[in-house]
Amino acid sequence: MIHSKSYLQGLKSLISIRSPALALACSFIALGALFKQAGFNLQQSLASSFFTYALPGQLVMTESFLIGASIINIFLSVWLVNFRLYPMTVALVPVLKHKSQPRWKYYLSCHFIAVSSWLIVKDEYKKIDKKFRIDFWMGIGSGTLAAAVFSTYLGYTVSDYLNQSMMIGLAMVNPVYFLCMMIGAMADVKTRIAIISGIILGPLFYLVSPEWSILLAGGIGGTLAFLIKGKNGTI
Amino acid sequence: MELSENIILIIIVTSVATFISRFLGVLTAEKINEKSTIFSWFNYVAYSILAALIARMIIFPASALQDSSLIIRLIVVSICIAVFIYSKKNLVLPTILSFILLTFLA
Repeated sequence: MIHSKSYLQGLKSLISIRSPALALACSFIALGALFKQAGFNLQQSLASSFFTYALPGQLVMTESFLIGASIINIFLSVWLVNFRLYPMTVALVPVLKHKSQPRWKYYLSCHFIAVSSWLIVKDEYKKIDKKFRIDFWMGIGSGTLAAAVFSTYLGYTVSDYLNQSMMIGLAMVNPVYFLCMMIGAMADVKTRIAIISGIILGPLFYLVSPEWSILLAGGIGGTLAFLIKGKNGTI
Repeated sequence: MELSENIILIIIVTSVATFISRFLGVLTAEKINEKSTIFSWFNYVAYSILAALIARMIIFPASALQDSSLIIRLIVVSICIAVFIYSKKNLVLPTILSFILLTFLA
Protein backbone atom coordinates (compact mmCIF):
# COMPACT_ATOMS: atom_id res chain seq x y z
CA MET A 1 0.00 0.00 0.00
CA ILE A 2 2.82 2.34 0.90
CA HIS A 3 6.18 1.84 -0.76
CA SER A 4 8.29 1.60 2.37
CA LYS A 5 11.63 2.32 0.73
CA SER A 6 10.40 5.69 -0.59
CA TYR A 7 8.61 6.44 2.68
CA LEU A 8 11.82 5.82 4.65
CA GLN A 9 13.78 7.88 2.18
CA GLY A 10 11.41 10.78 2.91
CA LEU A 11 11.70 10.23 6.63
CA LYS A 12 15.48 10.22 6.31
CA SER A 13 15.49 13.74 4.84
CA LEU A 14 14.87 14.84 8.44
CA ILE A 15 18.34 13.82 9.49
CA SER A 16 20.15 15.26 6.48
CA ILE A 17 22.24 18.42 6.40
CA ARG A 18 19.27 20.25 4.84
CA SER A 19 16.93 18.94 7.48
CA PRO A 20 14.05 21.20 8.52
CA ALA A 21 13.87 19.40 11.89
CA LEU A 22 16.07 21.81 13.81
CA ALA A 23 14.28 24.96 12.64
CA LEU A 24 10.92 23.29 13.09
CA ALA A 25 11.86 22.18 16.61
CA CYS A 26 12.94 25.68 17.65
CA SER A 27 9.74 27.33 16.48
CA PHE A 28 7.46 24.70 18.01
CA ILE A 29 9.39 24.76 21.31
CA ALA A 30 8.67 28.50 21.40
CA LEU A 31 5.03 27.78 20.55
CA GLY A 32 4.73 25.16 23.31
CA ALA A 33 6.07 27.67 25.83
CA LEU A 34 3.64 30.29 24.53
CA PHE A 35 0.71 27.87 24.92
CA LYS A 36 1.65 27.30 28.54
CA GLN A 37 1.82 31.03 29.22
CA ALA A 38 -1.56 31.49 27.52
CA GLY A 39 -3.19 28.95 29.86
CA PHE A 40 -3.57 25.95 27.55
CA ASN A 41 -3.07 22.51 29.10
CA LEU A 42 -0.61 20.00 27.63
CA GLN A 43 -3.22 17.92 25.78
CA GLN A 44 -4.71 21.03 24.16
CA SER A 45 -1.27 22.25 23.10
CA LEU A 46 -0.38 18.92 21.51
CA ALA A 47 -3.78 18.68 19.83
CA SER A 48 -3.33 22.12 18.32
CA SER A 49 0.04 21.24 16.79
CA PHE A 50 -1.22 17.87 15.56
CA PHE A 51 -4.51 19.03 14.05
CA THR A 52 -3.59 22.50 12.84
CA TYR A 53 0.14 22.15 12.17
CA ALA A 54 0.61 25.65 10.76
CA LEU A 55 2.59 28.02 12.92
CA PRO A 56 1.28 31.43 11.77
CA GLY A 57 -2.31 30.22 12.23
CA GLN A 58 -1.55 28.87 15.70
CA LEU A 59 0.02 32.20 16.68
CA VAL A 60 -3.05 34.06 15.44
CA MET A 61 -5.26 31.63 17.38
CA THR A 62 -3.35 32.18 20.62
CA GLU A 63 -3.32 35.95 20.27
CA SER A 64 -7.01 36.08 19.40
CA PHE A 65 -7.78 33.86 22.37
CA LEU A 66 -5.82 36.13 24.71
CA ILE A 67 -7.65 39.27 23.56
CA GLY A 68 -10.99 37.42 23.71
CA ALA A 69 -11.87 37.53 20.00
CA SER A 70 -15.11 35.84 18.87
CA ILE A 71 -15.09 32.36 17.32
CA ILE A 72 -16.12 33.69 13.92
CA ASN A 73 -13.31 36.25 14.03
CA ILE A 74 -10.80 33.56 14.92
CA PHE A 75 -12.06 31.41 12.05
CA LEU A 76 -11.76 34.22 9.52
CA SER A 77 -8.35 35.45 10.61
CA VAL A 78 -6.90 31.92 10.72
CA TRP A 79 -8.41 31.11 7.33
CA LEU A 80 -6.89 34.23 5.83
CA VAL A 81 -3.45 33.78 7.38
CA ASN A 82 -3.29 30.11 6.34
CA PHE A 83 -4.78 30.58 2.88
CA ARG A 84 -1.21 30.47 1.52
CA LEU A 85 -1.56 26.68 1.95
CA TYR A 86 -4.00 26.66 -0.99
CA PRO A 87 -1.54 27.78 -3.71
CA MET A 88 1.21 25.77 -1.99
CA THR A 89 -0.91 22.60 -2.25
CA VAL A 90 -1.83 23.24 -5.89
CA ALA A 91 1.86 23.80 -6.63
CA LEU A 92 2.82 20.51 -5.00
CA VAL A 93 0.21 17.79 -5.61
CA PRO A 94 0.56 17.62 -9.44
CA VAL A 95 4.26 16.65 -9.15
CA LEU A 96 3.38 13.85 -6.72
CA LYS A 97 0.50 12.44 -8.76
CA HIS A 98 0.59 9.03 -10.33
CA LYS A 99 -2.35 7.13 -11.78
CA SER A 100 -1.49 3.96 -9.86
CA GLN A 101 -1.81 5.74 -6.50
CA PRO A 102 -5.12 5.94 -4.58
CA ARG A 103 -6.71 9.37 -4.04
CA TRP A 104 -6.99 9.04 -0.26
CA LYS A 105 -3.22 9.37 0.04
CA TYR A 106 -3.39 12.88 -1.43
CA TYR A 107 -6.34 14.01 0.69
CA LEU A 108 -4.73 12.63 3.85
CA SER A 109 -1.19 13.79 3.25
CA CYS A 110 -2.18 17.35 2.35
CA HIS A 111 -2.41 17.85 6.11
CA PHE A 112 1.40 17.63 6.20
CA ILE A 113 1.83 20.69 3.98
CA ALA A 114 3.64 23.46 5.83
CA VAL A 115 6.42 25.81 4.77
CA SER A 116 9.28 23.60 5.98
CA SER A 117 8.03 20.29 4.55
CA TRP A 118 6.98 22.00 1.31
CA LEU A 119 10.39 23.57 0.70
CA ILE A 120 12.12 20.23 1.31
CA VAL A 121 9.87 18.17 -0.96
CA LYS A 122 9.98 20.78 -3.74
CA ASP A 123 13.74 20.57 -3.49
CA GLU A 124 14.02 16.80 -3.62
CA TYR A 125 11.04 15.24 -5.45
CA LYS A 126 12.86 15.04 -8.79
CA LYS A 127 15.22 12.41 -7.38
CA ILE A 128 12.31 10.05 -6.70
CA ASP A 129 10.56 7.78 -9.19
CA LYS A 130 7.24 9.44 -10.02
CA LYS A 131 5.30 6.34 -9.04
CA PHE A 132 6.47 6.54 -5.42
CA ARG A 133 6.72 10.30 -4.91
CA ILE A 134 3.58 10.40 -2.79
CA ASP A 135 5.08 7.82 -0.42
CA PHE A 136 8.29 9.84 -0.24
CA TRP A 137 6.19 12.90 0.60
CA MET A 138 4.27 11.01 3.29
CA GLY A 139 7.63 10.16 4.87
CA ILE A 140 8.74 13.79 4.93
CA GLY A 141 5.32 14.99 6.06
CA SER A 142 4.68 12.52 8.86
CA GLY A 143 8.24 13.03 10.11
CA THR A 144 7.97 16.84 10.24
CA LEU A 145 4.52 16.66 11.86
CA ALA A 146 5.84 14.29 14.53
CA ALA A 147 8.82 16.59 15.13
CA ALA A 148 6.45 19.56 15.52
CA VAL A 149 4.21 17.76 18.04
CA PHE A 150 7.18 16.49 20.04
CA SER A 151 8.75 19.97 20.11
CA THR A 152 5.48 21.46 21.32
CA TYR A 153 5.62 18.97 24.18
CA LEU A 154 9.24 19.88 24.89
CA GLY A 155 8.53 23.63 24.82
CA TYR A 156 5.52 23.23 27.10
CA THR A 157 7.58 21.24 29.61
CA VAL A 158 10.67 23.46 29.66
CA SER A 159 8.84 26.79 29.38
CA ASP A 160 9.76 27.79 32.95
CA TYR A 161 13.43 27.58 32.05
CA LEU A 162 13.19 29.73 28.92
CA ASN A 163 13.84 33.42 29.43
CA GLN A 164 12.68 36.14 27.06
CA SER A 165 16.03 36.36 25.21
CA MET A 166 15.92 32.65 24.49
CA MET A 167 12.33 32.93 23.25
CA ILE A 168 13.49 35.68 20.87
CA GLY A 169 16.42 33.53 19.74
CA LEU A 170 14.12 30.56 19.10
CA ALA A 171 11.70 32.71 17.09
CA MET A 172 14.55 33.88 14.83
CA VAL A 173 15.59 30.39 13.70
CA ASN A 174 12.57 29.68 11.53
CA PRO A 175 12.68 32.78 9.32
CA VAL A 176 16.45 32.38 8.88
CA TYR A 177 16.06 28.72 7.87
CA PHE A 178 13.22 29.54 5.46
CA LEU A 179 15.17 32.38 3.92
CA CYS A 180 18.25 30.18 3.36
CA MET A 181 16.06 27.44 1.83
CA MET A 182 14.48 30.04 -0.46
CA ILE A 183 17.88 31.33 -1.57
CA GLY A 184 18.80 27.72 -2.29
CA ALA A 185 15.65 27.34 -4.39
CA MET A 186 16.44 30.32 -6.64
CA ALA A 187 17.74 28.15 -9.47
CA ASP A 188 16.17 29.98 -12.41
CA VAL A 189 15.46 33.61 -13.23
CA LYS A 190 11.68 33.29 -12.91
CA THR A 191 11.79 31.74 -9.44
CA ARG A 192 14.30 34.41 -8.45
CA ILE A 193 11.91 37.16 -9.58
CA ALA A 194 9.02 35.50 -7.71
CA ILE A 195 11.03 35.30 -4.48
CA ILE A 196 12.66 38.74 -4.60
CA SER A 197 9.43 40.54 -5.49
CA GLY A 198 7.68 38.71 -2.62
CA ILE A 199 10.38 39.82 -0.19
CA ILE A 200 10.05 43.45 -1.32
CA LEU A 201 6.26 43.65 -1.74
CA GLY A 202 5.30 41.69 1.41
CA PRO A 203 6.52 44.23 3.99
CA LEU A 204 5.50 47.18 1.75
CA PHE A 205 1.89 46.00 1.48
CA TYR A 206 1.89 45.21 5.18
CA LEU A 207 2.00 48.96 5.84
CA VAL A 208 -1.29 49.33 3.95
CA SER A 209 -3.15 46.12 4.83
CA PRO A 210 -1.59 43.66 7.32
CA GLU A 211 -4.24 40.98 6.69
CA TRP A 212 -4.05 40.90 2.90
CA SER A 213 -0.39 41.86 2.42
CA ILE A 214 1.06 38.35 2.03
CA LEU A 215 -1.54 37.09 -0.45
CA LEU A 216 -1.48 40.31 -2.48
CA ALA A 217 2.31 40.50 -2.57
CA GLY A 218 2.61 36.81 -3.53
CA GLY A 219 -0.17 37.09 -6.12
CA ILE A 220 1.48 40.06 -7.82
CA GLY A 221 5.07 38.82 -7.44
CA GLY A 222 4.18 35.34 -8.70
CA THR A 223 2.20 36.67 -11.67
CA LEU A 224 5.10 38.97 -12.57
CA ALA A 225 7.52 36.03 -12.57
CA PHE A 226 5.03 33.95 -14.55
CA LEU A 227 4.65 36.61 -17.28
CA ILE A 228 8.34 37.28 -17.78
CA LYS A 229 9.78 35.26 -20.63
CA GLY A 230 11.98 32.36 -19.60
CA LYS A 231 15.18 31.14 -21.25
CA ASN A 232 13.55 29.46 -24.22
CA GLY A 233 11.10 32.30 -24.78
CA THR A 234 8.16 30.43 -23.27
CA ILE A 235 6.08 31.50 -20.32
CA MET B 1 -18.55 29.11 28.52
CA GLU B 2 -16.03 27.14 30.53
CA LEU B 3 -12.49 28.30 29.67
CA SER B 4 -11.30 24.79 28.85
CA GLU B 5 -14.25 24.10 26.51
CA ASN B 6 -13.55 27.41 24.88
CA ILE B 7 -9.95 26.42 24.17
CA ILE B 8 -11.05 23.09 22.65
CA LEU B 9 -13.52 24.93 20.44
CA ILE B 10 -10.95 27.40 19.13
CA ILE B 11 -8.50 24.56 18.44
CA ILE B 12 -11.16 22.81 16.34
CA VAL B 13 -12.10 26.04 14.56
CA THR B 14 -8.44 26.84 13.81
CA SER B 15 -7.78 23.32 12.51
CA VAL B 16 -10.84 23.37 10.23
CA ALA B 17 -10.00 26.87 8.94
CA THR B 18 -6.51 25.63 8.12
CA PHE B 19 -7.45 22.28 6.57
CA ILE B 20 -9.96 23.92 4.18
CA SER B 21 -7.10 25.48 2.18
CA ARG B 22 -5.13 22.24 1.99
CA PHE B 23 -8.23 20.25 1.01
CA LEU B 24 -9.30 22.74 -1.68
CA GLY B 25 -5.72 22.65 -2.95
CA VAL B 26 -5.87 18.89 -3.58
CA LEU B 27 -9.33 19.26 -5.12
CA THR B 28 -8.05 21.94 -7.54
CA ALA B 29 -4.93 19.89 -8.30
CA GLU B 30 -7.07 16.92 -9.45
CA LYS B 31 -7.40 18.53 -12.86
CA ILE B 32 -3.96 20.11 -13.06
CA ASN B 33 -1.02 18.62 -14.88
CA GLU B 34 2.51 19.53 -13.76
CA LYS B 35 3.41 20.65 -17.26
CA SER B 36 0.43 22.99 -17.62
CA THR B 37 0.59 26.80 -17.64
CA ILE B 38 -1.77 27.08 -14.68
CA PHE B 39 0.55 24.87 -12.61
CA SER B 40 3.46 27.13 -13.41
CA TRP B 41 1.44 30.19 -12.29
CA PHE B 42 0.52 28.53 -8.98
CA ASN B 43 4.16 27.54 -8.51
CA TYR B 44 5.51 31.10 -8.80
CA VAL B 45 2.69 32.49 -6.69
CA ALA B 46 3.44 29.93 -3.96
CA TYR B 47 7.14 30.83 -3.91
CA SER B 48 6.35 34.53 -3.90
CA ILE B 49 3.81 34.17 -1.07
CA LEU B 50 6.36 32.29 1.04
CA ALA B 51 8.98 34.96 0.35
CA ALA B 52 6.49 37.67 1.37
CA LEU B 53 5.62 35.72 4.53
CA ILE B 54 9.27 35.30 5.52
CA ALA B 55 10.06 38.97 4.92
CA ARG B 56 7.03 39.87 7.02
CA MET B 57 8.16 37.50 9.82
CA ILE B 58 11.52 39.30 9.98
CA ILE B 59 10.42 42.92 9.49
CA PHE B 60 6.98 42.90 11.18
CA PRO B 61 7.12 39.83 13.45
CA ALA B 62 4.10 38.42 15.28
CA SER B 63 6.12 36.28 17.70
CA ALA B 64 8.56 36.96 20.54
CA LEU B 65 10.72 38.69 17.92
CA GLN B 66 8.60 41.81 18.49
CA ASP B 67 10.78 42.45 21.53
CA SER B 68 14.00 42.71 19.51
CA SER B 69 15.09 45.64 17.38
CA LEU B 70 14.71 45.59 13.60
CA ILE B 71 18.35 46.60 13.03
CA ILE B 72 19.62 43.64 15.08
CA ARG B 73 17.31 41.25 13.21
CA LEU B 74 18.51 42.53 9.85
CA ILE B 75 22.16 42.27 10.89
CA VAL B 76 21.67 38.71 12.17
CA VAL B 77 19.83 37.69 8.98
CA SER B 78 22.63 39.13 6.82
CA ILE B 79 25.33 37.31 8.79
CA CYS B 80 23.40 34.02 8.62
CA ILE B 81 22.84 34.31 4.87
CA ALA B 82 26.55 35.02 4.37
CA VAL B 83 27.41 31.93 6.45
CA PHE B 84 24.91 29.88 4.43
CA ILE B 85 26.46 30.93 1.13
CA TYR B 86 30.09 30.61 2.21
CA SER B 87 29.55 27.23 3.91
CA LYS B 88 28.37 25.82 0.54
CA LYS B 89 24.73 25.91 1.58
CA ASN B 90 25.01 24.25 4.97
CA LEU B 91 21.68 24.91 6.69
CA VAL B 92 22.55 23.75 10.18
CA LEU B 93 25.25 26.39 10.78
CA PRO B 94 23.17 29.50 10.00
CA THR B 95 20.15 28.24 11.96
CA ILE B 96 22.17 27.54 15.11
CA LEU B 97 24.01 30.82 14.67
CA SER B 98 20.74 32.77 14.38
CA PHE B 99 19.59 31.39 17.73
CA ILE B 100 22.87 32.15 19.52
CA LEU B 101 23.27 35.63 18.03
CA LEU B 102 19.75 36.76 18.77
CA THR B 103 19.64 35.27 22.26
CA PHE B 104 22.70 37.28 23.21
CA LEU B 105 22.01 40.44 21.24
CA ALA B 106 18.33 40.87 22.02
